[in-house]
Amino acid sequence: MSVDKDTVRRIAKLARLAVPQARLEPMAGELNGIFKWVEMLGEVNVEGVPGMTSVVAQKLKWRKDEVTEGGNADALMANAPGGEEHFFTVPKVVE
Amino acid sequence: MSELTSMTLAEARDALAAKKVSSRELTGAFVQAIEAARPLGAFITETAEKALAMADASDTRRATGATGALEGLPLAIKDLFCTKGTRTTAASKMLGNFVPPYESTVTQNLWNAGAVMLGKTNLDEFAMGSSNETSAFGPVFNPWRARNSNANLVPGGSSGGSSAAIAADLCLAATGTDTGGSIRQPAAVTGTVGLKPTYGRCSRWGIVAFASSLDQAGPMTKTVKDAAILLTSMASVDPRDSTSVDLAVPDYEKLMAGSIKGLRVGIPKEYRLDGMAADVAALWDKAAGWLKDQGAEIVEVSLPHTKYALPTYYIVAPAEASSNLARYDGVRFGYRADKPHDITDLYERSRGEGFGAEVQRRILIGTYVLSAGYYDAYYSRAQKLRTLIKRDFDAAFEKCDVLLTPSTPGPAFAVGAKTSDPLEMYLQDVFTVTVNLAGLPGISVPGGLSENGLPLGLQLIGKAFDEATLLRAAHAVETAADFKAKPNKWWTA
Repeated sequence: MSVDKDTVRRIAKLARLAVPQARLEPMAGELNGIFKWVEMLGEVNVEGVPGMTSVVAQKLKWRKDEVTEGGNADALMANAPGGEEHFFTVPKVVE
Repeated sequence: MSELTSMTLAEARDALAAKKVSSRELTGAFVQAIEAARPLGAFITETAEKALAMADASDTRRATGATGALEGLPLAIKDLFCTKGTRTTAASKMLGNFVPPYESTVTQNLWNAGAVMLGKTNLDEFAMGSSNETSAFGPVFNPWRARNSNANLVPGGSSGGSSAAIAADLCLAATGTDTGGSIRQPAAVTGTVGLKPTYGRCSRWGIVAFASSLDQAGPMTKTVKDAAILLTSMASVDPRDSTSVDLAVPDYEKLMAGSIKGLRVGIPKEYRLDGMAADVAALWDKAAGWLKDQGAEIVEVSLPHTKYALPTYYIVAPAEASSNLARYDGVRFGYRADKPHDITDLYERSRGEGFGAEVQRRILIGTYVLSAGYYDAYYSRAQKLRTLIKRDFDAAFEKCDVLLTPSTPGPAFAVGAKTSDPLEMYLQDVFTVTVNLAGLPGISVPGGLSENGLPLGLQLIGKAFDEATLLRAAHAVETAADFKAKPNKWWTA
């Protein structure tokens, strides 16, 4: 499988990442180098092997379904690059 | 002042306890050393005022007899740990102005034990790199230089600011994080000790996430004993991290004492790569001899899937990173692009302008391997390979108690030497990455000098949650290696 300029544009769109036009071609080259190297995994027989889900033998922990924290809207807003009072602002999305 | 800053963590602890020095004096010496070492680029944010205030508070506590395990000891913190009220950047433009309103569990544990924060150390952007060259705040230079050379070398990565700060005596010890080798590789190339604990031993809460199934925080220190001391305070059972394991934290300093008589040390034959550097191979053989001389039994073991570990990692880690880094959208926190014309433009340009080249590359790899049509061929297969790699270790540990390997393929390399080809950089982690994939603890200990006079590290790998045996074996290597070399302080000249 080979990655071309259009594929890079497509995955950049999926990743919501603005990649400048001039970077598409070089990026395709870099990714191809990496994917070509990764292809060696194809030589391993993985039939019947379960995928790794946890490296440590521990069941996922449960906790009581109750509020543990909250009421800190000021702290949550403190780093917002655009924000008014307790609202995050974004460009208009509904006409 | 240099006698204060060259102390080990244990020596400083004892000097403070014996009231030979105050935390204020000790902290002041480090603050001066850090200022004088700015050409190294080890710190992104120096917190001198906060450090001195914390030191004063510690001296006051000591006067009343209420002391913690790290009382008054000045430490450096990798700038990936959120610190309340102190900017936490992950070395990215994306988080360039991020001031966390909360404290990570690991750093909170350190402050609860009485430690003092000197500042936030530099790293590869979002911990993605092996040379500290992807930082948006500039590279870090290794305090070490090759014999008869003035060329600047990398301090390893991603915890390169931490490793450089320790090697240059800018802190007693530091925190690091290790996703594919980011504690052990920088420790190896700076002549310091770096321990990646078992996955789940230290809480990940409040650490900027890279690849959540691989990330683990750990101590970076001058000695193995210091690593045991620092790990004892860093580790905890944390209800805020669902992968934090329910195991009481023992006193590793006590547990690491004792001989290694009868310890079975495995030498994985697949780690002897074709074209391995002669000095690396020779040091590895020598270290096996050191352990044998102290009563250990050396056994050859096989980890047949070793060569698949790096490519597996470069599917799993970017996949998780692409998901973790989706949160940086220019809305709630972090960098926001100027004058977006719509919401998509806001997302795309904030991320395109806020993330550096290596981070973008990994987000794209991750997005690709998780995308429809490619998921099974790449991601599912990699997860299966990960199972096979873990099984290799399970089988090896039937025959031995710890494994001994080199930490890195070679010593520190020149700044810029490996930045043009991402693959060449990735190969730096060939000996360390297997440990993350299997969730095991690993430690790098200085073993000796390379042909050109630079530090080389030896790695020991332990069974899950058997940090005690790992530290004991590492201490045996450290004792035999008797590594005393120090870099010349060229940066203060």
